[in-house]
Amino acid sequence: MAYSQKVLEHFRKPHNYGKIKDPSAVGKVGNVVCGDVMWLYIKVAKNKKGQEIIKDIKFETFGCTAAIATSSMITDLAKGKTLDEALAINKKEIVDSLGGLPPIKLHCSVLANDALAEAIYDYYKKTKQEIPADLEKKHQRITTEKDVVEEKYKDWTEMEEGHNNS
Amino acid sequence: MNTKQNRIYLDYAATTPVDPRVLKAMMPYFSKKFGNTSSMHFFGSEPCQAVEKARQIMAQAIGASPEEIFFTASATESNNWALKGIASANKDKGKHIIISSIEHDCVLNSAQYLKSQGYQVSILSVDKYGMINLDELKGLIRNDTILVSVIHGNNEIGTIQPIDKIAKICKEAKVYFHTDASQSFTKIPIDVNQDNIDLMTASSHKIYGPKGAGFLYIRKGTKIDPLLHGGGHEMGKRSSTVNVPAIVGFGKAVELALADDQKKMAVSRDKIIKSILTKIPKSYLNGHPTQRLSNNINVRFDFVEGESVLMELDGYGIAVSTGSACSSPKLEPSHVLLACGLRHEQAHGSIRISLGRFTTNQEIAYLTKILPKVIEKLRKISPFKQ
Repeated sequence: MAYSQKVLEHFRKPHNYGKIKDPSAVGKVGNVVCGDVMWLYIKVAKNKKGQEIIKDIKFETFGCTAAIATSSMITDLAKGKTLDEALAINKKEIVDSLGGLPPIKLHCSVLANDALAEAIYDYYKKTKQEIPADLEKKHQRITTEKDVVEEKYKDWTEMEEGHNNS
Repeated sequence: MNTKQNRIYLDYAATTPVDPRVLKAMMPYFSKKFGNTSSMHFFGSEPCQAVEKARQIMAQAIGASPEEIFFTASATESNNWALKGIASANKDKGKHIIISSIEHDCVLNSAQYLKSQGYQVSILSVDKYGMINLDELKGLIRNDTILVSVIHGNNEIGTIQPIDKIAKICKEAKVYFHTDASQSFTKIPIDVNQDNIDLMTASSHKIYGPKGAGFLYIRKGTKIDPLLHGGGHEMGKRSSTVNVPAIVGFGKAVELALADDQKKMAVSRDKIIKSILTKIPKSYLNGHPTQRLSNNINVRFDFVEGESVLMELDGYGIAVSTGSACSSPKLEPSHVLLACGLRHEQAHGSIRISLGRFTTNQEIAYLTKILPKVIEKLRKISPFKQ
């Protein structure tokens, strides 16, 4: 198994990692396949045309090389896009932008894609906007999977959330 | 990043380079002394003698007779043979075998296969250090038990089982005892007679010999069927044209390995463990603190994933391995780490560092300098952190 040069670049020098202090919304997802976890923070603002865009985006990921590289790539792809454009980013676009992923690692691109969808879902929810039907459907699937993974990391998650509140 | 000047191999438990002295011993047996050991003419006799010499070296190393040493192509073959061969030849006595929960995949999957063929398999549990429980073993042995197989030095966490005590229990119960000594052979003294071992697996490529050679020690009088039927090589027990160069290399490798200083290796091992546990917060040792292979280090770090640690180290030119789910073709964490009671996320953040004959103090110093940086960096990226 070998990673592409692009994957290694994003893994070794990931773009946009860390927290956003006062995020508009957060997407927290877990991968039932391998147990990786990704948290994605977005800051939404309006552009000149009055459309809502992803002004800033940051990630935190517990996972393998591919998980970290796809996290980094999705922040690049989503930054500056309108929410509709961001929702249109698909797995294939992430994988292609990274110069491909080993077949066994393709599920990592789902994680990044889900995290972005969850962040936007969270934003719509918070700002009481109408949620598109397919996003709602995606959210249902992700929530079920997240519960499975969160159970695994209960101790760490509680520790982390306790730390945030303190 | 992975520049030529920095290529540090710390994955000796996966495989070892062929020692130049081993290679030199092998060379004449490719083109010059190439004969088939089964041939009656002089082309056959020289390689035949070389193989018999290697057989003597193996026998001497474990206190066996040469006619109890059977060369195979790998430890995987030896382990398959031990389980399937004993199962097949002793099914009149019973169809129950016992293995531990931390066996190598080739033992686990051979047992799984036997299960599909109508045999019953009991699995011995291990404690948090990866150690089996002798009382549990006594309780599992039944009238129809034909074989107990327990790995000697574990390939992932390095835990060494008290095989003499296990074997004694088996002897008293009149059950064959097999041990997979792929990692421990030449590192820990073994005497098959004193230790009451009936079958033992060893491998060449873990001790600076070539790949493609192993052996199975089979105590005289043991009822076992062949795995490979054919021209009757290896005293009729293992047919296949004899891989002379590899076996000659294996012989030389054993001679050299027996002279290695295991105490010195263990001192380096403990130095690295101490340095990691001191320098890196929330780092832990997997496996047994003292009953441990001299070259094995297995550590875990909270909040990071092992494959990313491996790849980050790879960027610095350091090669290690991991029991993380992310690196496994099945995307499941190591069964050995889970058997020790580690939770999924703990197994996820584990790496194995294994030292070898050519490991230098500079390499060790470099590793212990780089590793804390790598963990710190990955923790910055991780959502879980302190």
